[in-house]
Amino acid sequence: MNNIFVYCEIEDREIADVSLELLTKGKSLAKQLACKLEVIVLGSDLNGIENKLYKYGADVVHVGDDKRLSPYLTLPHSKVIVDLFTKEKPQVGLFGATSIGRDLAPRIASAMKCGLTADCTSLEIGEHYEKKTDTKYENLLYQIRPAFGGNIVATIINPETRPQLATVREGVMKMEVFDEAHKGELKKINVDELFDDADFVVKVIERHIENKKVNIKGAGIIVAGGYGVGSKENFKLLYDLAEVLGAEVGASRAAVDAGFAEHERQIGQTGVTVRPKLYIACGISGQIQHRAGMTESSMVISINTDEKAPINQIADYVITGDIAVTIPKMIKYYKKNSK
Amino acid sequence: MKALKIIVLAKQVPDTRNVGKDAMKADGTVNRAALAAIFNPEDLNALELALQLKDQVKGSSLTILTMGPGRAAEVIREGLYRGADHGILLTDRKFAGSDTLATSYALAQTIDKMKPYDVVFAGRQAIDGDTAQVGPQVAEKLNLPQITYAEEIVNVKSNEILIKRRLDRGVEVVSSSFPVLITVHSSAPDCRPRNAKLLMKYKHAKTVTEIQDMSEDYLDIFQNRSYLKIEEWSVNDIVVDEEALGLGGSPTKVKKIENVVFKAKESKKLTPLDEDIDMLMKELIENHTIG
Ligand SMILES: Cc1cc2nc3c(=O)[nH]c(=O)nc-3n(C[C@H](O)[C@H](O)[C@H](O)COP(=O)(O)OP(=O)(O)OC[C@H]3O[C@@H](n4cnc5c(N)ncnc54)[C@H](O)[C@@H]3O)c2cc1C
Ligand SMILES: Cc1cc2nc3c(=O)[nH]c(=O)nc-3n(C[C@H](O)[C@H](O)[C@H](O)COP(=O)(O)OP(=O)(O)OC[C@H]3O[C@@H](n4cnc5c(N)ncnc54)[C@H](O)[C@@H]3O)c2cc1C
Repeated sequence: MNNIFVYCEIEDREIADVSLELLTKGKSLAKQLACKLEVIVLGSDLNGIENKLYKYGADVVHVGDDKRLSPYLTLPHSKVIVDLFTKEKPQVGLFGATSIGRDLAPRIASAMKCGLTADCTSLEIGEHYEKKTDTKYENLLYQIRPAFGGNIVATIINPETRPQLATVREGVMKMEVFDEAHKGELKKINVDELFDDADFVVKVIERHIENKKVNIKGAGIIVAGGYGVGSKENFKLLYDLAEVLGAEVGASRAAVDAGFAEHERQIGQTGVTVRPKLYIACGISGQIQHRAGMTESSMVISINTDEKAPINQIADYVITGDIAVTIPKMIKYYKKNSK
Repeated sequence: MKALKIIVLAKQVPDTRNVGKDAMKADGTVNRAALAAIFNPEDLNALELALQLKDQVKGSSLTILTMGPGRAAEVIREGLYRGADHGILLTDRKFAGSDTLATSYALAQTIDKMKPYDVVFAGRQAIDGDTAQVGPQVAEKLNLPQITYAEEIVNVKSNEILIKRRLDRGVEVVSSSFPVLITVHSSAPDCRPRNAKLLMKYKHAKTVTEIQDMSEDYLDIFQNRSYLKIEEWSVNDIVVDEEALGLGGSPTKVKKIENVVFKAKESKKLTPLDEDIDMLMKELIENHTIG
């Protein structure tokens, strides 16, 4: 009772990265709160999935395994979760801020009449004193999220209602195996007894999901391009530099919107959050929403024709110049001087 | 096919996309007065899909519903100029301070009062709160199925609508019966512009409160042309538990708000000349950042 629950998302029989990130975070919160970490997985052909989740710290894994739970549909998934939450009374429920999590979590919050905080970038445990009622709350979940287009960061709490629900952005929390030998308990949910026809009025007719091709989240070096790169052809220059350095190519939203790079490569508030040891920003002005996704890079090099570009404020090296001139020189030097 | 009754949820928002220096107050809070109030961008996409549906199914009607202060009537006028038939402004001090749960409760109770309806459209997300929660929560409260992130109406038949959805890494086509709530993604078509005829027709559309401030001869116009009256509803016009509204009815509380500031670094300034680039690359190789 009153444990932390994580909704585990499945795509193509794989556990979504964001779910494992949530387990890692959930485990550390559970330790602080001296409670258990429980996971709920819904889908089909889930045999053995619990073993992977135990490693990441799950103490209890609830599995609902039924053909009708895959692909994801809002109504059956929310029905199973609301039923489980009503019985188990979690204190915290965490979802990925993905197209699934952001579709599902509000539905659950509404049914349970509890608070939900969107797109958190950080979760902490803290207390709160309410002057009006002279009430002190302990062990609340501080849900920290950007709002107002990324211009502010708000700390949100739900003092009275439970569970305290939050969706969390992919990539902002670290993913770590808790203990290879950790074992938990498997609990099977009999979903069949919950469903009726009305839960299936929405039907999936067609699906085209692209496999993840790039992994900028895990890259040690990132060469990122912005609108200043100018064209898709010019982006080749960035790929060339990335290739010699063993780096991945990232992009700003303006570059993605202009069609210079794929959406998967977008870094920032509405893209991926990255923490490479080296970030080379090429023709990126560095608006707040972009910086939100790369500010934890260990070292930043900015190549920009505008000396006053905001990205330069957080750069370790500022090269004031054209990328078309600068990048070939970097490639040339590296090729000549590395072993 | 039977005509549809369509409702579009639209919110007036501060334009957070162009936040200048004056938009942040010294204490780190947002100075809303410095930001233009606009039609939430994805609600315009929602309006466009709703208008397309109205065009496809003869005899259908489209009502815009917005909750907000008096000036949010602007959103309704904008909708009328682009092809909406009616508008309702839901306005009451008691709604102030609502989080998404309290907002969706107020909207759902209003929509319930507007029965019967077939499709409710909302934007995916508003650019101030940025939560994308209100659409699904309204759907839950009305016990409606939901289709989120719509980008195209693929087909509509007598009791079925096919929608293409935009997902994180792909697309999906789903079908649903009516009634249904659909949230619309920015990848849907842009909203059609104002129609010159409609602009003339609705230029003087006003809410009761706005009419009160008008001169006598204006009142005559409203007597004769009832379409110019924008409905204005308060808590008294809907069936609600007042405890579930506004700040008091909101389970989430904002504990703290901080302005986003990034620590400026001391940076080395370089030019694209060979000696600078060579020096930089040498340093990076020597300290094992690269290589
Ligand atoms: C809610 C919200 C969420 C957002 N989320 C994101 C996000 O996740 N990620 C993101 O990146 N953005 C995001 N944005 C958009 C963000 O505000 C900026 O619009 C965007 O980051 C700008 O991209 P840019 O720097 O590539 O383009 P610009 O701002 O146009 O900058 C181009 C830069 O290139 C330089 N330049 C031009 N030519 C050259 C040349 N030949 N050589 C070198 N430099 C050159 C220019 O001096 C300029 O600094 C978001 C915005 C909002 C409102
Ligand atoms: C800094 C900050 C952080 C916040 N964080 C949270 C949070 O984490 N959780 C939470 O519950 N609340 C939060 N809120 C409160 C929330 O912004 C308000 O409840 C707001 O009224 C609705 O949420 P939204 O702007 O995110 O709308 P969204 O849910 O993003 O809006 C989706 C769609 O719903 C429709 N819609 C929304 N509001 C209206 C309206 N008034 N009239 C008509 N249609 C509408 C529109 O079609 C819109 O496109 C926060 C507010 C602030 C200022």
